[in-house]
Amino acid sequence: MSNLPAYNYTVVRQFALMTVVWGIVGMSVGLWLAAQLVWPELNLGLPWTSFGRLRPLHTNLVIFAFGGSALFATSYYVVQRTCQTRLYSDRLAAFTFWGWQAVIVAALVSLPLGHTTTKEYAELEWPISILLAVVWISYAIVFLMTLKRRATSHIYVANWFYAAFILTVAVLHIVNNAALPVTPMYSISLYAGAVDAMVQWWYGHNAVGFFLTAGFLGMMYYFVPKQAERPIYSYRLSIVHFWALIMIYMWAGPHHLHYTALPSWAQSLGMVMSIILLLPSWGGMINGIMTLSGAWHKLRTDPILRFLVTALTFYGMATFEGPMMAIKTVNAFSHYTDWTIGHVHSGALGWVAMITIGSLYHMIPRLYGRTRMHSTALVSLHFWLATVGTVLYITAMWVNGVVQGLMWRAINADGTLTYRFVDAVEASHPGYVVRLLGGALFLAGMLVMAYNVYRTLERQKTPERAIEPAGGRHEA
Amino acid sequence: MDTGTLRGVITFILLLAFLGIVVWAYSRRRREAFDEAANLPFADDEYDAHQDEPEERP
Repeated sequence: MSNLPAYNYTVVRQFALMTVVWGIVGMSVGLWLAAQLVWPELNLGLPWTSFGRLRPLHTNLVIFAFGGSALFATSYYVVQRTCQTRLYSDRLAAFTFWGWQAVIVAALVSLPLGHTTTKEYAELEWPISILLAVVWISYAIVFLMTLKRRATSHIYVANWFYAAFILTVAVLHIVNNAALPVTPMYSISLYAGAVDAMVQWWYGHNAVGFFLTAGFLGMMYYFVPKQAERPIYSYRLSIVHFWALIMIYMWAGPHHLHYTALPSWAQSLGMVMSIILLLPSWGGMINGIMTLSGAWHKLRTDPILRFLVTALTFYGMATFEGPMMAIKTVNAFSHYTDWTIGHVHSGALGWVAMITIGSLYHMIPRLYGRTRMHSTALVSLHFWLATVGTVLYITAMWVNGVVQGLMWRAINADGTLTYRFVDAVEASHPGYVVRLLGGALFLAGMLVMAYNVYRTLERQKTPERAIEPAGGRHEA
Repeated sequence: MDTGTLRGVITFILLLAFLGIVVWAYSRRRREAFDEAANLPFADDEYDAHQDEPEERP
């Protein structure tokens, strides 16, 4: 073992375990919000627990706390292992962990108190926003310097995706959060009017494209081949996939602003680029799924691989649905309805969370000197809870979206609206109940995961391991 | 050249650059290097082999 590099697993372990913790916290807030839509009294009549304040808390926790920790953990793991080198600067890496946790705790306090920039997915006020920028630049330094001192000649494709995600998010975050501080917790955006809206959705959609897509594709390009025990289907396709994805995603933001004050040509451009985006998205999905060709039988016995492949399937579905919803005439129907929420969760639960969970089940035992989780049966149980939960969630939102879209645009012969707004709210009630059930199943799966992770770590410490058949170590 | 034309020219150059990447990626002489790169995730299988628990054999 002498010539093998000693990896920095400490920071990877910290981020991996916090991914599970923040996943549970963030999804619990989501479940509470889903319950508020079924029983509005659950806002407790308090400003701090009202829907408007908890909703950004939910999105920040699941995207930046859960998704972010997962990206930190896997990128630090993948870059070390595919570059055959130790992570650059243990201290700076530790700073990214503690700094990131500080940002999340600041969000947990400031958002319920009502401090918000009102920019979606960029709600954190300027002092927190600056801390986030500092942590992010440190992350970029750690990651890129590790790439620089690699012991291999090539930079594996997963690292290209991680690097693009890190650099682009730095640019997006800094540009969109440029603001004039007024008081310690209040600032005014540097941009005004339609320009402000366009900058915000240039940020917002690229947060989807680079944070929630490119970063997790980096995860896919390492963990799918690793778990399937065969190299990626086509390395050439992965290169074309990379360049096509990063060149096209940048342009898609205006589809969030159809039929607004944004110039019409910008809306049409956003629509066209969103449709073209289908090609790189599906190129990547096909590349991931085809990696299993000749190894499909592994799906029968390996629930981790099932997580990864199901994630790719949901990725394919969501990236087909997205371009369709970006078409202006479709958007006129779907925008502001629950269909959008369904689309987002098809990506967030089906793609982002499932690829994360599959990757963590592969990675966590290896971080602790083991090769598998405490219980494969519980991984399988988690898989079914997550899949059924996601399907219930998104179908409920599709039905609600179509019902709302149809009721809002229904017009009587004399030109008056057929339904009052509250009629559509009442019609949505059954869908909200089903969504709550789906969310509860998904969260239950995360609790099963937490137990399984706990037992995996605990078993690692107990001497009982010595009498297991294979290791041949006798400590007693 | 006005701004609009300049933007058009830049877009065209980017398109050519992308087509160049495609040709490069699929050129025959890159095959060996890409096969090598594709196997990087397995470069440290040896590292896992030193862990104290063997793989599960179904």
